Amino acid sequence: MDFDLNRALNVLQTDADWIGLRQVSETTTTRYVRDGHPQSNHRHQTQGIMVEVLAKGQFGYAATNRLDQESLQAATDRAYAQAVATAPWAVHSFTTAVRPRAVGQYQSPIQQPLELINVADLMQLLTQVCATLKVCEQIVKTTALAQTVETEHTFVSSNGSSVYQRFFSINTDYGVTAQDGTVIQQRTDNGMFARCYQAGAEVLDPQAVLDRAQRIGEQAIELLSAPECPTTTTTLVLAPDQMMLQIHESVGHPLELDRILGDERNYAGSSFVKLSDFGTLTYGSPLMNITFDPTVPGELATYAFDDAGVPATREYLIQEGRLLRGLGSLESQTRAGVPGVANFRATSWNRPPIDRMANLNLEPGDTPFEEIIGSIEKGIYMESNSSWSIDDYRNKFQFGCEYARRIEDGQLTQTLRNPNYRGITNQFWGNLVQVGDRSTLGMYGTPYCGKGEPNQCIRVGHAAPVCAFTDIEVFGGHG
Amino acid sequence: MSFTDINSDINSDINSDIDTDIGTWEGIFNQLCDRIFTNLNAQEHLVIELVGEHSHFMRLNGGKVRQTGTVTDGALTLRLMADQRTAAATVPFTGNLDRDSMAGLESLGHLRQELPQLPVDPYLVLPQNLGSSHAMYRGDLLSPQQAPQAILPAVQSADFTGLYAAGPILRANRNSAGQQHWFATETFVLDYSMIAPSEKAVKATYADTHWHQDQFEAQIQQARSQLQVLDRPRRDVVPGRYRTYFAPAALADLVGMLSWGAVSEASLQQGGSALGKLREGKTLSPLLSLREDFTHGTVPRFNSHGEVAPEVLPILADGKLVNTLINARTAKEYDLTSTAANGSESLRAPEVAVGTLPPEAVLSALGTGLYLSNLHYLNWSDRSGGRITGMTRYACFWVENGEIVAPIQDLRFDESLYAFWGDNLEALTTHAEFVPDVDTYDMRSLGGTRVPGMLVNAFTFTL
Ligand SMILES: [Zn+2]
Repeated sequence: MDFDLNRALNVLQTDADWIGLRQVSETTTTRYVRDGHPQSNHRHQTQGIMVEVLAKGQFGYAATNRLDQESLQAATDRAYAQAVATAPWAVHSFTTAVRPRAVGQYQSPIQQPLELINVADLMQLLTQVCATLKVCEQIVKTTALAQTVETEHTFVSSNGSSVYQRFFSINTDYGVTAQDGTVIQQRTDNGMFARCYQAGAEVLDPQAVLDRAQRIGEQAIELLSAPECPTTTTTLVLAPDQMMLQIHESVGHPLELDRILGDERNYAGSSFVKLSDFGTLTYGSPLMNITFDPTVPGELATYAFDDAGVPATREYLIQEGRLLRGLGSLESQTRAGVPGVANFRATSWNRPPIDRMANLNLEPGDTPFEEIIGSIEKGIYMESNSSWSIDDYRNKFQFGCEYARRIEDGQLTQTLRNPNYRGITNQFWGNLVQVGDRSTLGMYGTPYCGKGEPNQCIRVGHAAPVCAFTDIEVFGGHG
Repeated sequence: MSFTDINSDINSDINSDIDTDIGTWEGIFNQLCDRIFTNLNAQEHLVIELVGEHSHFMRLNGGKVRQTGTVTDGALTLRLMADQRTAAATVPFTGNLDRDSMAGLESLGHLRQELPQLPVDPYLVLPQNLGSSHAMYRGDLLSPQQAPQAILPAVQSADFTGLYAAGPILRANRNSAGQQHWFATETFVLDYSMIAPSEKAVKATYADTHWHQDQFEAQIQQARSQLQVLDRPRRDVVPGRYRTYFAPAALADLVGMLSWGAVSEASLQQGGSALGKLREGKTLSPLLSLREDFTHGTVPRFNSHGEVAPEVLPILADGKLVNTLINARTAKEYDLTSTAANGSESLRAPEVAVGTLPPEAVLSALGTGLYLSNLHYLNWSDRSGGRITGMTRYACFWVENGEIVAPIQDLRFDESLYAFWGDNLEALTTHAEFVPDVDTYDMRSLGGTRVPGMLVNAFTFTL
């Protein structure tokens, strides 16, 4: 870092009641190979500072990528002018209580530093992944992508905050398209971009990666001759790599307090959850325990402080099926009067923080996988998300998966293609009848949770065990 | 929207409250490029791309300001090609010539180290000089200080929620073969929902290069009268197949799906296109024509490699797939002619041809069925089958005998484009609307979709 934020802050002139500087520097390196040939090798660096001020109870911001005192002063003046000009129209009159003093540091836990990744070796591995994915001629497309992200966050404020957080993450995505005449099937490594972790080069262990590539290719071929998922109402068992999406869309987004407060009604949408539901609503069956947990080592959205400076702690949002707490920052908690979490997060220096998920996990139960399947006479088991859509109140969803198996008399049997299911959030979670034990737990993440005006894409993590739901409408494709 | 190329400095005096250096960026970009190009050796080829903006964002909820501020952002991307290999690097562009030149030259050094470690790229296409372009569209925007007073008083009697985004946007591209493109525009988008107590909403945009207070206030007034019908008791429509009218914004969302694994030639070649059946001889309705049309000047015709798309490119003509979006890499790989598509081969200036149904005859032509103003959260539910699922949203109505009866409880649909753009397509309206692209991921978007309304005689709702 070549710019001293603390010194810059001390020199800034402003009449604001509070000022904060948030610097983000991020380097993303993406390497993408298709069918054994390089498609893209790109290093993307971004760096800038968001100046945020509080004046007359209103926050104003100005973001600049010019890291010099003169530009910061100009940004401060712009932020102040915006706060003052809009104060009479403010949604809420805030105080510095929503920007508590925060001092501390965080660094992602990594075993092998990213610098150890040699460009030529990585390109060779990705090329090998493509070759391994192509288990036969019916594989018409193979892709292998690896992305490393190094992010530095620095936050200083006029009430003494000084936070430094350094994140390392690796995102990988391997996949195939298999084709037999008009039948086309996709299979990926637990769903598109699902393998995203705060981790180091250790996640690129060649043997583990190539073993998975082999299985992805084989399963894609298996799907080509598999029958369509039947149209029926049955017991549905979801693997952790689909539970991720189910939790994200039907628990995470509806619990965001800014959605409930109406901020997102012109874009991402509202929520079926009302402020009066916190502490009272039965969200799902008693087996449902959801935690907001930004403390899990290695999960994609682990951090020590959110962008308001609130220390990040693990909290139960839903315990034994009952809704306790919302995904709301200090600002939303102040506006809504309900308990929240440390989730005020901005995608980068050029966007203001809003209420986000971080790691949102379903806590494991105590049923082993074999016992879950063994107890089901008739059902469908699905893996890996391929399609997702839900309404703006987060009620009526339809999700598709890449791969399914029939469950018959307590056994996983025939492979099924184009599995889909649909449902309504509360009913669906009410039908949660079995939750897998810790041995069934899977941890995934995505860099692509979109929300906010202006729009922001943010990293979230989701860990879940295998789960079973009764009476779910499932169906297949038509072609 | 009316655009005129007046070739004048973007940092107009009208806009003096935007106290930014963005108006000086063209000169700085050109000097920086010159410095970097002179550093190249004979075997090296380079494309330099600039994106930038100075934006004022004001986020509104219930007629109040939720968050507000400005963002000045720029990014410079260098794509180095040598020895049949290529790599790219992006760094901040700040408008400070010395600092940006240093970052650019550092990137060049990084790319030179990178290339020898990469495998050969068989589909590499070297930059050419196919002619340069220069377009500047000066606007008349509200300053960040004026915007609250101009917008907020007019919307106080409604639950007005959304985003106002305004300011200059830049796209530029130069290459080592000597080609230069510059595109600058000043735009604003007020993207809003006026929400009735029933939680149904009138969703609209006011977008242009010149802010007209009277036009804005008239639009708000009109929306307010539309709100009244939204407050009638809601009608629960059971899932099933219905005659359905899609207002232009709803059709624009369906057209948007074509950018996601459909009209892309690479996706067609690699088994990832929803339009694969059109290659096997199937056709859509003769009423449906879709083209890329850059004549309105809302987006640059050049892509990130500096290639210039045809001014007009028919894609679907009378239901037949006549062209696809082909970028230079895809063209080289499959031995085709490039249509100068962008990297993802997505639509940049889509336009659906109008039909014969006058807008005032829509309700009577619909008869009994659903009138959909907007859709939400579309996804392929079976891509090779062309099947799309999604939700209805905002102002959607049950219509009986040509009369609006009531707003509906939102419905989920799941239907194949081979049906609704095939035999089930009954009519398109005579009037197309411009639906601006309001995305602000990473940066503010340019352009939009020009579409009429669409009447479909049977459309499947599932939940
Ligand atoms: Zn999301």
